[in-house]
Amino acid sequence: MISVALWAVAALLLLAPAGIALSVHPRGSTVLYGGCLVVTLTLAVTALINLLDPFHPTWDATLPVGLPWLGAHFRIDALSAFFLVVVNLGGAAASLFALGYGRHEDSQGRVLPFYPAYLAGMNIVVMANDAFSFLVAWEFMSLTSWALVVSHHREAENVRAGYVYLLMASFGTLCLLLAFGVLAGGGNYDFDAMRAAHPSAALASLVLMLVLLGAGSKAGLVPLHAWLPLAHPAAPSHVSALMSGVMTKVAVYGFVRIVFDLLPAPEWWWSMVVLAVGGPTATMGVLYALMQRDIKRVLAYSTIENIGIIFTGLGLALAFKAEGLDWVAALAFTAAMLHVLNHALFKSLLFFGAGAVLHATGERDMEKLGGLIHRMPQTAFAVLIGCVAISALPPFNGFVSEWLTFQAILLSPQLPSWGLKLIIPAVGGLLALAAAFAAACFVKLFGISFLGRARSPCAAEANETDHFSLGAMFLLAFFCLITGILPGFFIDALAPVSKAMVGNVMPHQVGLEWLTIVPIAESRSSYNGLLVFLFVVICGSAAASAIHRLASDRLRRGPAWDCGYPDPNPAIQYSASSFSQPIRRVFGSVIFAAREIGEMPPPSSAAPARLTVEVHDLIWNGLYAPIAKGIGFATERLNVLQFLTIRRYLTLVFVALIVLLLVVAL
Amino acid sequence: MSGLQFDIAHLLAGSLVLASFVMLYQDRLYSLLNVYAMHATVLAMSVAWQAFVQEAPHLYLTASIALVFKAIIIPVALHRIIVRLGIHREIETAVGVGLTMMAGIGLVALSMVVMLRVTPGADALAREDLAFSLSVVLLGLLIMVTRRNAVSQVVGFMSLENGLVLAATGAKGMPLVVEISVAFSVLIAFIVIGIFLFRIRERFDSVDVQALDRFRGERG
Repeated sequence: MISVALWAVAALLLLAPAGIALSVHPRGSTVLYGGCLVVTLTLAVTALINLLDPFHPTWDATLPVGLPWLGAHFRIDALSAFFLVVVNLGGAAASLFALGYGRHEDSQGRVLPFYPAYLAGMNIVVMANDAFSFLVAWEFMSLTSWALVVSHHREAENVRAGYVYLLMASFGTLCLLLAFGVLAGGGNYDFDAMRAAHPSAALASLVLMLVLLGAGSKAGLVPLHAWLPLAHPAAPSHVSALMSGVMTKVAVYGFVRIVFDLLPAPEWWWSMVVLAVGGPTATMGVLYALMQRDIKRVLAYSTIENIGIIFTGLGLALAFKAEGLDWVAALAFTAAMLHVLNHALFKSLLFFGAGAVLHATGERDMEKLGGLIHRMPQTAFAVLIGCVAISALPPFNGFVSEWLTFQAILLSPQLPSWGLKLIIPAVGGLLALAAAFAAACFVKLFGISFLGRARSPCAAEANETDHFSLGAMFLLAFFCLITGILPGFFIDALAPVSKAMVGNVMPHQVGLEWLTIVPIAESRSSYNGLLVFLFVVICGSAAASAIHRLASDRLRRGPAWDCGYPDPNPAIQYSASSFSQPIRRVFGSVIFAAREIGEMPPPSSAAPARLTVEVHDLIWNGLYAPIAKGIGFATERLNVLQFLTIRRYLTLVFVALIVLLLVVAL
Repeated sequence: MSGLQFDIAHLLAGSLVLASFVMLYQDRLYSLLNVYAMHATVLAMSVAWQAFVQEAPHLYLTASIALVFKAIIIPVALHRIIVRLGIHREIETAVGVGLTMMAGIGLVALSMVVMLRVTPGADALAREDLAFSLSVVLLGLLIMVTRRNAVSQVVGFMSLENGLVLAATGAKGMPLVVEISVAFSVLIAFIVIGIFLFRIRERFDSVDVQALDRFRGERG
């Protein structure tokens, strides 16, 4: 069966050069995205067959390409199969969306060839079974996504985003390269050999740190996240959805594959590091998101938050696995994997919504939108489902995975180590804070963009998007609902992954009455998404019908959010900045060094008063700017070496030789 | 190898180092070329002695190549070149003689220490031989670094190459192909550099390499 997957990847790689020819054809994008849709669906079904097979087979293949003595090893086991499903589900949804959206793209020639190549790169990373293929595919994925980020290269901002992305991607690959170098030790780059090797605790810890840097920079862990909110929004929207929803998951795959599979049993303090990174990432990501006005930037920062949640789950799994409580580790790990799937679903959905809004209005700035629910009711409905799901409200899927993560956090008193006993509740507090902020953030996103009145003419004249885009959005919204109300099936499907990675599984869920999920024991906690869904539907319809029946029948329509002010100007509405102002006041002065400068005109002057808000990114200023400055300083100084005389160059070589000989001699 | 054979090999290699020292303080181009010819002759003798000791007839060929090309053809050609360039009477003072000689002594000491340290397993002759040849290579580099004139830099480079040949013949069983290719590469380098000397001269009226620097880039 792996040959089917490999042929499908080969088909994607063949579609890439075909994209060059198709980009000049008027129907070319339809053919290309249609082809990608078929291929990704094939891959998703193939992976699903592997994942649901009761015997949990591993499919192996070796191709005679790559290093001559190694070849390229591929394997689909439970973990690969699960991530293949996530990648290709996201890929299929993005291709379906692009069937409609991609037609409007004005730079087809810069998107079409790279899109299938990018999909192929992500698939190969997940299937690779030796370090060489893994790294080549990883870098291929980075480079093709970079090409897509700079596809609109006429905007200076995108070029800068591409530059920062390229630097961070190279840094990440370098860290992974070093990690594999340490793992390979004897020089065997096959994953099987790495599993069999037993590196010392110090070396294994070094690998963990390098992987945390390498995969973490791709996933967007704070403080390595700087490139992500620049690069993800710069790409075309269907590519943004892939980068945010899917590529960050490939990074999570890299982390899980190396830390849970290739490394020996974890040290007790590893989890402290992962948790200390994951928790703050979640809170910081969503706080950044709250400060933004650009829809796609909000979504990109929210990706950082969700990556924080996933890494917190993985850190919990490491903690419990190290202490021998592998049944709790299975719970935390399954929660993290479920959140991987969930985030891929609703983040893709929301990016599609942002793309539809961008296409309809030409605006990404929330302060220029508003009232879109009247002009684009179906898009608004799909985006609303995405917002509810990402805010972790029942009965949608975000709630299930975050609830399961909290179940694992609540079991932390069973851990013997005091450090973990202290840090896990703190991380739990950060996650709870992040969940509340996420809800606020998406209330803001939906409320400002879709409710109220249009703040600009382009928002007032927006038109509903096309059927393919709507189809993709509603498909994902449906998956969000299904995962939310029937989580038991998904938890059971993840059992082989959990078994392979942490050595235990969660209790079997399907077959409990009323499709309830019971992660530990019924006496502790249980959740039934189906009943919550029925309750919400029945109560909601009852309340709506009661209001319509009992309320006054004298219908009056007034301008929304006019605050009782007689001036009908839409600028008086509640704005995105005013929504986030209280949170900015509470956290901003410390975390963002935010300052509000009010300028009152002098008495008797008719000039308007002004309020200027300054928000700084302290991580950028404190970490990246000094590094960039140091490198700039060093290159400025070393530039002199470009302009020496021949004799000076000879002298330099001579002196270097003498110094090396002295090193040998002494 | 008997004591006498060893001593003679030692003597010849040491003479090569001595010749390098003599080159180091020549400030006239004519005498520099003469000393270079002597340098190459000593090399040829040393290689011939190695051929005799190791009973390796192909080394005689190497020795004759060294004698014909390096000791006769190249110095004669360079003589003619500098006469045609009109720089045969020029006096070149780069770095002070005393300082250069001190540096040279330091380099010989350094190469001795390095070689004695890294080759404890090799036989005595090879160790001495390698130490001398490394000294010759380093002294050749020193000549290149301390000279301004392109011709004397070429001479420094060729004396450096002599050191390489000395090292190569000291090691037993070096294939002839390598020697011939080394000899040819030196010949080619000589031809190319000779042509370039004239081109430089045509354009800049000088073979002082500092004149070149003025024409290089915006800062030259």
